[in-house]
Amino acid sequence: MTPARTLYDKIWDAHVVDRQEDGTCLLYIDRHLVHEVTSPQAFEGLRMTGRTVRAPERTIAVPDHNVPTTLDRQQGIDNQESRIQVDALDRNAREFGVVYYPVNDIRQGIVHIVGPEQGWTLPGMTVVCGDSHTATHGAFGALAHGIGTSEVEHVLATQTLIQGKSKNMKVEITGRLAPGVTAKDIVLRIIAETGTAGGTGHVIEYCGEAIRNLSMEGRMTICNMAIEGGARAGLIAPDEVTFNYVKGRPHAPKGAQWEAAVALWKTLFSDDGAHFDKVLTIRAEDIAPTVTWGTSPEDALPITASVPAPESFAGGKVDAARRSLDYMGLTAGTPLTDIAIDAVFIGSCTNGRIEDLRAAADVLRGRKLAPGVRGMVVPGSGLVRAMAEEEGLDRIFLDAGFEWRLAGCSMCLGMNPDQLKPGERCAATSNRNFEGRQGYKGRTHLMSPAMAAAAGVTGRLTDIRAFAHEPA
Amino acid sequence: MDKFTTLTGIAAPMPLVNIDTDMIIPKQFLKTIKRSGLGVNLFDEMRYDREGHEIPDFVLNRPAYRDAQILIAGDNFGCGSSREHAPWALLDFGIRCVISTSFADIFFNNCFKNGILPVVLPQDAVDALMRDAEKGANARITVDLATQTVTGADGTAYAFDMDPFRKHCLMNGLDDIGLTMEKAPSIDTFEQQMAQARPWI
Repeated sequence: MTPARTLYDKIWDAHVVDRQEDGTCLLYIDRHLVHEVTSPQAFEGLRMTGRTVRAPERTIAVPDHNVPTTLDRQQGIDNQESRIQVDALDRNAREFGVVYYPVNDIRQGIVHIVGPEQGWTLPGMTVVCGDSHTATHGAFGALAHGIGTSEVEHVLATQTLIQGKSKNMKVEITGRLAPGVTAKDIVLRIIAETGTAGGTGHVIEYCGEAIRNLSMEGRMTICNMAIEGGARAGLIAPDEVTFNYVKGRPHAPKGAQWEAAVALWKTLFSDDGAHFDKVLTIRAEDIAPTVTWGTSPEDALPITASVPAPESFAGGKVDAARRSLDYMGLTAGTPLTDIAIDAVFIGSCTNGRIEDLRAAADVLRGRKLAPGVRGMVVPGSGLVRAMAEEEGLDRIFLDAGFEWRLAGCSMCLGMNPDQLKPGERCAATSNRNFEGRQGYKGRTHLMSPAMAAAAGVTGRLTDIRAFAHEPA
Repeated sequence: MDKFTTLTGIAAPMPLVNIDTDMIIPKQFLKTIKRSGLGVNLFDEMRYDREGHEIPDFVLNRPAYRDAQILIAGDNFGCGSSREHAPWALLDFGIRCVISTSFADIFFNNCFKNGILPVVLPQDAVDALMRDAEKGANARITVDLATQTVTGADGTAYAFDMDPFRKHCLMNGLDDIGLTMEKAPSIDTFEQQMAQARPWI
């Protein structure tokens, strides 16, 4: 009898090309996603050594980090360095013959939204990208993680990666979520518990009733932030929700191949008795709408809490928390719901999918941004934008006073002009509240799309559960 | 890639925990299409004010640490973004070794691709080396990869663990891609099997 294996073990075993004596493996990579920021040096490396892309049909390139999201972006990119980088991707994609969605293609968008949308991401695959949020694709039961540029070059040249195996960690969310609590709240709560290094050296499998009950969009939000808990990859075992999402997508298998694929995908789960090196269990009922107060994603608390005192932490975190409060302009003891905001950002690979826009629009229907608050909605892809417009969501956002932008990474990391000004405070649906992340001296509070929308209306961080009762 | 064998140098103390790659090299410097030239912007937002003037009390601006080759850092160094610009910036500044109680996985991996040695040591050892580092040039630290030891200024040696394959590649400055290319027949075989078992890939 074969020993009980985890989902991670099974995907790993199916992709080992070669195993060295010390256990280091050469792992086959099924899909390689590429964007303009972390790839130019890798393509240049190929050119300098006379190497080619081994599997261009499994390599998918799309510009997302630098692209303007304003409606006039057809005119080109003002910033010279950004333009050079996007042009370099364009040239590299064409020269090496990889699959490519240029800026003006309606399918363009954030690489982690485009992959699943086009059916490039499938259960049981290995997926890599020179981007830490590659973990997103784990929502399909695919082993997906970020790599550096040297590894991008390695995968381009060989379609493999040299890897040591990680440990197995299980995070189980039992029971059902309370109203107003979303996938984003789950993942922020998990990171608050594990810390940003809690998953280091591990692949996390998320399971339990509350995870099963999530849509694919919600599952992608959870896996997207696995890296914020230190884990390179997050995984959720595929099920009917997954198969229904994948079926009919442009690059999903069809006909007899579809049947064969689903039969194989149904074997992708952790066996009873499989060993996990770490286990964390959280009751869904105990999770409240959650926001961050500091400059690390682990600085997350229920919206009903107050800004903590640095002295309430231990070790190096005391100084780190002091530095965070100073940076964030906050005083210990202030109720989180008293914190006034200047901006709202709805988008990113964490929360830029159609379901996220619907959740925000539901809150904003018939309401307006508070005076002095600016808001930006940036759909995750051109297709998400088109779908939202078909449903009339763009009207809701525009009527509420938001800007309705074109697809890209935008203010999640502010590589394009979409940035916070120094001192500006933002309710953001993105994934990182690091110092300077959304703009020099900008202050970020991470939360769900509904919570970000509600904060925009009241002008301060808001408990969506209380807000829901207020008339529009 | 430059080999890493042994290094004796000045270590700069950065006791802050969770130093992320956005801090190491902020996004505005990711727009380059080259690997070199990022050293001047290493830790940019901690190192310079808005006008581009050096902030005098930032560790790498202090006279004692301008030539530091080693960093002693707080827990979970290099977390966040996968940007290899972070090790490129460290290397371009002249940092060849970072010592901490823990590193984020992707950053840790990226170091080895660039001839930088990340060393994990227990808290008490990092605390002792941090105290040494605070003495600047008066307390040089030696890192020896062959014997897997860090030796503090007072001669105390601290042993560290190292993956043997990574050690081999770092000590010989080996190019991963070249090594893997030698295994092309195995990759061919794998792809042929995959075409049967998972034709939809």
